[in-house]
Amino acid sequence: MEIVLALVIVAAVVWFVSVPLRRSRDEEAAASQRVEDPRVAELEARKEAKYREIKDAELDREQGKLSQADWSRQDAELRRDAIAILKELDEARTAAEGEVASKR
Amino acid sequence: MITLGAACLIFAFVVAIFAALMALVGTRGDRRFVDSSRRAVYAFAALVTVSVVVVEAAFARTDLSLQVVADHSSTTTPAFYRLTAMWSSQEGSLLLWAWVLSLTSSAVLFATRNKHRELAPWATAILMGLGAFFTGLMLFDANPFARLSPVPPEGVGLEPLLRHPAMAIHPPMLYTGYVFFAIPFAFAIAALVTRRLDASWIRSTRRFALIAWLCLGVGILLGARWSYSELGWGGYWGWDPVENASLMPWLVGTAFLHSIMVQERRGMLRVWNVTLICMTFSLALLGTFLVRSGILQSIHAFGESTVGGPLLALIGLVVVGSALLIASRVPDLRSEKRIESIFSREAIFLVNNLLLVGLAAVIFWGTFFPLISELFTGSKASLAAPWFDRYTTPLAILLVLFTGIGPLFAWRRVSFGAAKRLLARPALVALVVTGLLIAFTDADAHPWALVMFAFAAFALAALVQEFARGASAYRSLSGGSYPRALAGLFARNRRRYGGYVVHAGLAILLIAVAASSSFQTSRDLRLRPGQSATVDNYTIKYVKPTAEISPAEQRLTFGSVLAVSKDGKSYTTLYPSRNYYSGVGGGTPLTGGPIRSFFEGEATSEVGRKTTVGGDIWTSMIPDLGPLNPLINKSDRKLEKLGRGVSPKDTRAQQVLGALQGLAVRKIEQTYLNDPPPVTFRVNVNPLVSWIWVGGAIAVIGGLVAIWPAPEARRRRVSDVYAARLARELGRA
Repeated sequence: MEIVLALVIVAAVVWFVSVPLRRSRDEEAAASQRVEDPRVAELEARKEAKYREIKDAELDREQGKLSQADWSRQDAELRRDAIAILKELDEARTAAEGEVASKR
Repeated sequence: MITLGAACLIFAFVVAIFAALMALVGTRGDRRFVDSSRRAVYAFAALVTVSVVVVEAAFARTDLSLQVVADHSSTTTPAFYRLTAMWSSQEGSLLLWAWVLSLTSSAVLFATRNKHRELAPWATAILMGLGAFFTGLMLFDANPFARLSPVPPEGVGLEPLLRHPAMAIHPPMLYTGYVFFAIPFAFAIAALVTRRLDASWIRSTRRFALIAWLCLGVGILLGARWSYSELGWGGYWGWDPVENASLMPWLVGTAFLHSIMVQERRGMLRVWNVTLICMTFSLALLGTFLVRSGILQSIHAFGESTVGGPLLALIGLVVVGSALLIASRVPDLRSEKRIESIFSREAIFLVNNLLLVGLAAVIFWGTFFPLISELFTGSKASLAAPWFDRYTTPLAILLVLFTGIGPLFAWRRVSFGAAKRLLARPALVALVVTGLLIAFTDADAHPWALVMFAFAAFALAALVQEFARGASAYRSLSGGSYPRALAGLFARNRRRYGGYVVHAGLAILLIAVAASSSFQTSRDLRLRPGQSATVDNYTIKYVKPTAEISPAEQRLTFGSVLAVSKDGKSYTTLYPSRNYYSGVGGGTPLTGGPIRSFFEGEATSEVGRKTTVGGDIWTSMIPDLGPLNPLINKSDRKLEKLGRGVSPKDTRAQQVLGALQGLAVRKIEQTYLNDPPPVTFRVNVNPLVSWIWVGGAIAVIGGLVAIWPAPEARRRRVSDVYAARLARELGRA
């Protein structure tokens, strides 16, 4: 009985693990499309970190850790960086979409 | 079901290898192989889970045909401890390692299934390489499904020292901590291999690192609690190699958690971060190695075994492999940014990092000194607690100071004037506390402790100030009451304020450590019933002995009733005791005669303790068994003579022998009560010791706050606010 159960488990594992290997070309393309582009992921991470920096700087100003002048300088710099990241992100997304379209 | 469990373990090994190979093929970009490898990881988790369930079921029903059950449990082991006995064994703890690894690998790969196109296959290959290593180690060296034939009538039983609630949770917590560090390690290596060295791997694995850190911390605390209440020596931390082995990855992991914030925000310390996580994981493996190899003398001697060699080879591979990889990627890891000012949070984080790694380095040297000395002199020389105290105390004190300074400073820089203003109040509090301690206590007799109190007061005042300023700022922005503002502050930035709560907990914990170690009074008293002695301002009177037999657990307990008075007034009654377990099913192999085996195996202490806010009065006892020896020997001789001709298969005769043994134990119990021998009591007065557990609990709560994810809606809202604001500027740009 235990041997039969073990064989059933093996069969189930083989079936489960081999599903992606049995995918059609269309299914494969759809699966690839779902995966985030590495460049986009990197820029998303940088964007989130930059937002957090802007938020922290605001809180630091409110708490008196940064003077108004220091905060203005820092905030302007952070926003410049954030805008540059957003532009890069747009470009990266466009490039990624183009790549997916060309694969189709 | 044993065959099924064994088969699943073999399948798991094969599936782990398959997953690693598929992932490696998938690194070329074919998603089919990557997805198949990810599914194989899920299957690996399912198969190892079946194996764990089968082993646990065998422990639950005391299936003595399984060697691991016969060696670590028995029919007399209490049901709860039968379920936790699995990880007291070599085989079971390796199974636990593989199980936690399989679950956490599945979790991270599920969470990142549509992310990290380049990193995920490499990370999968590394994680499943580890999975194959641990399942292979079980199959070839420590198989939990090894059978015994013939089946013994009774098991050895669970090691008595491990029969403590903390011990049921302590090993899984430590292993969860160790194993979870494999996740950021695997992604860091993947980032190095693919040269994707931005912070996205940190973003996806940060929470796993936090969970690892928290679980390891809880494991360490539970271990300390066990040591304090079960080992009978009176302390919570003995600088034992296995204790140190868990502390080292925790310290380096703490450094990692701080320095990744610098990389995320400022893009700096990238070499340092990958080095830290590789060190942390290597130290986590080293922790497993120290518990399992028995290479160093330890109170955890029950962990000795033969898997040390392969584990050491794995550590060597991880250390050398990651060092070479990091060295080859140094040009890619260099950051163009520099720390702008010493008055910045990143500068303080760096100092804290150096202190944490310095602490780990000191502990590493002290732990491995016996091996180093053996290498050069041919003989093992150990470094004792005073050596560790001498070098770790100054580092810990500085760490507390910088723990206070860090939260006060902003990222990038604060002006000198602002720094002075921010530091002034906490510094004033520290000065006042120091003055009061010098004026009203004898704290100045212990300068290191005094400095620790002052710096911890500074850190706590700084944190209070940080919360107060944060709440005020929040109120000025959103209005509402102070408590509401405080709650809003936490909700808005869980990681930051959860982290501050952790800092507060650790400051409290370190105050308690300094107080309880520097101002402890400890005395060993040899007393007979009716006698008394004075310790500190307590008078301890040994009122009477107690004794108890637990046939179910095969345990004989000698105890005592101690009346404690303080300053002449009755204060409390304490009941310390000493447990002795039978060699049959009691947790230690039968060596001497059946009665002698009670006293030659591992005995455990139940301490008598009165805990107050101000501290503990703690007692343990060791009775002088000398006067009982003639009776023990006589009983064993008689039982041996009676049992000489009895066949082990003659159950009726065996039952009669068992009953006679019970009578002999009863006779010893009565002799102990009627003619009590002298008892050596250890009496400790430990000031503020309970605050160690309070501080630890606060730190754990803070850790949970930091880990708990902010609701997706809130994150999106915050992100959207900034995105909209910046989009307007983008339109103008």
